[in-house]
Amino acid sequence: MDGDFHDITLSVNGKQYRRRVESRLLLSDFIRHDLALAGTHVGCEHGVCGACTVLLDGQPIRSCLMLAVQARNHEISTVEGLTDKDGEYHPLQQAMHDHHGLQCGYCTPGILMTMTAFLDENPSPTEDDVREALSGNLCRCTGYQNIVDAVMTAAMRTRSR
Amino acid sequence: MKPASFKYVAAASVDHALSLKAEHGDDAKFLAGGQSLMPAMNFRLAQPAVLIDINEIADLTGIRRSAAATRVGPVTRYRALQRDAAFARDFALIGEALPHIAHPQIRNRGTIGGNLAHADPASELPAIALALGARFHARTATQERWIEASDFFVGALTTDLQPDEMLVDIELLLPKPRTGCCFMEIARRRGDFAIVGVAAMMTLGERDECTDVRLAFCGVGETPIDASSAAEVLVGGTPTEAAIRDVAASMQGMIDPGGSVHATADYQRHIAGVLTERALRTAHQRVRDGR
Repeated sequence: MDGDFHDITLSVNGKQYRRRVESRLLLSDFIRHDLALAGTHVGCEHGVCGACTVLLDGQPIRSCLMLAVQARNHEISTVEGLTDKDGEYHPLQQAMHDHHGLQCGYCTPGILMTMTAFLDENPSPTEDDVREALSGNLCRCTGYQNIVDAVMTAAMRTRSR
Repeated sequence: MKPASFKYVAAASVDHALSLKAEHGDDAKFLAGGQSLMPAMNFRLAQPAVLIDINEIADLTGIRRSAAATRVGPVTRYRALQRDAAFARDFALIGEALPHIAHPQIRNRGTIGGNLAHADPASELPAIALALGARFHARTATQERWIEASDFFVGALTTDLQPDEMLVDIELLLPKPRTGCCFMEIARRRGDFAIVGVAAMMTLGERDECTDVRLAFCGVGETPIDASSAAEVLVGGTPTEAAIRDVAASMQGMIDPGGSVHATADYQRHIAGVLTERALRTAHQRVRDGR
């Protein structure tokens, strides 16, 4: 079959992009290859590991389980958009650094996208809330404890600002 | 781990989607939340020639209530159901099951209709649809019909929906007054598919006697299993501990779990019995507590 192509316009981290995409192009590959935003990682490509988590209109989703063409006219946010305009870390990025919440770092962008959206909706979570929210992201290095600590710290710092 | 080529069409309306399905039949698949179909396509287990995206059809989304029934659009996402406190209270089985369905990222995207039409026998909602006696509105380009939940799930990943049909509405009836509900499951990890899951409903009469009881399972066969007949002995009497134990034992004889690398059939049967006792006891307690 000849390729089936579509012209799409979408917003990624607040910037508008127009691209021609093949139907079968996954959103994760579009972000990495077509937009060269390689901070979004690809682990399992069947929705288990959470490494490819990005925000679709503000909500965390698996970008390997969505087609690029489906993102037409939607807003995507990736890990590249987390720092502020001066390059300062997001409070969760800083807390992950402070708590050694990552080792190899492969899962980290997905965890940051999942948990920053979570903290926006739940500024005062319990540790159980954090673990439930984190349940869709696999990390094989840390054992999660330091990630949980980082999220709790980020929540506390954000509340006291 | 990339999908094979296909033609993608974003359907603008239900009629548009149905005319495309009429044209392409089994060569076309509807794309709802994509949380089961996309992995299957990434693995190339599914290679539809045409993908009909129904995500942007507003008519297929949302919860509509009337005195007679509650109707849920098939493209309503788990997240929307979870955040509708009235819905989760009215349909406590669904409210209790939603946190068990995968993970937040999946629930932000996955849909109730996609789940039911996919008909994974280990999935929670098909079993709950049986327990609730849900009805499914199916349409083709020219015809429509209603399908009872008991007729809908015909095999593993197989429903009664025909190649030119689409699930366009899900109808749920409110449980009767004085009904207690309980959903519970055992999975290897929270969010995994259930090794066994059970949905139980018990209705009590004026003298606290059991007047109705529903019992359905996921994960123990090729389809969700309605085991309400095993619990019928409770009707008319007080559901004592001993009577509930007897129901669990007779239910264990009704199921034929397949077993897997994670759980032998014997283990599944054992767990099904344990969960039956716990769920019936909890449903009974909840209705007595007025919850």
